[in-house]
Amino acid sequence: MADRARFTDLAMEHTPALYSAAMRMTRNSADAEDLVQETFLKAYRSFERFEEGTNLKAWLYKILTNTFINSYRAAKRRPEKADVEDVEDLYLYRRLGSLSGELGRSAEEELFEHFTDDEVKEALESLPEVFRIAVLLADVEGFSYKEIAEITEVPIGTVMSRIHRGRKALQKALLDFAVAGGLVTTEAGR
Amino acid sequence: MGSGDSGADCDETIERLYHYLDGELTDERRAEIKHHLDDCSPCLDAYGFEEELRHVIANRCRDHVPESLLARIRQAIEDEERRVR
Repeated sequence: MADRARFTDLAMEHTPALYSAAMRMTRNSADAEDLVQETFLKAYRSFERFEEGTNLKAWLYKILTNTFINSYRAAKRRPEKADVEDVEDLYLYRRLGSLSGELGRSAEEELFEHFTDDEVKEALESLPEVFRIAVLLADVEGFSYKEIAEITEVPIGTVMSRIHRGRKALQKALLDFAVAGGLVTTEAGR
Repeated sequence: MGSGDSGADCDETIERLYHYLDGELTDERRAEIKHHLDDCSPCLDAYGFEEELRHVIANRCRDHVPESLLARIRQAIEDEERRVR
């Protein structure tokens, strides 16, 4: 059983990561701060149930995700588009050829340097929640499929599907930014 | 795209690319895909792009935590400690 006096030492180092996740989930800083504070309070209260030495980060993320779903998600206020358009594998990679590159720079470099932090965040935030959460847990936080299944309480097959489809949807959103930003010369979105 | 010799071909490799990237394949499957990537530069190139894209996304999705939030959290925990005593 974990000792509450150790809570601050052990748990608070995860604040930046949890805050970023909360920002992607709630899409505004006021709600993100409330969500993180509520998460830490819940975690503190149930800390003696946490088995020290097991995956603290996953445990905290589970509290964060559950709290978000139960208290903050947009679906409570208005119904949300729950699915993403199915696009082909390697969606963005296959369209690299249509990028207007400066001489000497590869299309890949051009693309990666083109995006601002805000655009990448916005692209991720444009995904429907279930896909957004799956992609952020996998790609931003590096959790395994199994860990994500435990955090989100869905079967591992569903996790895989959401990650794969979510990533493709994210690539489409990023391409839309590239097009809007004038980086793409030909009809690449087709 | 051409096909590799034994084990995985291009279609199978692309289909399994995310599992490979995520380290979620069995050792056997992993070795098959790796073998294909070693022999097939188009697939290796695509894999390299997806890997790099993932790093870009992770690195760009960071946020500065407001000092006030850290203080609020500590205060909330302190209040809770006092409440319970």
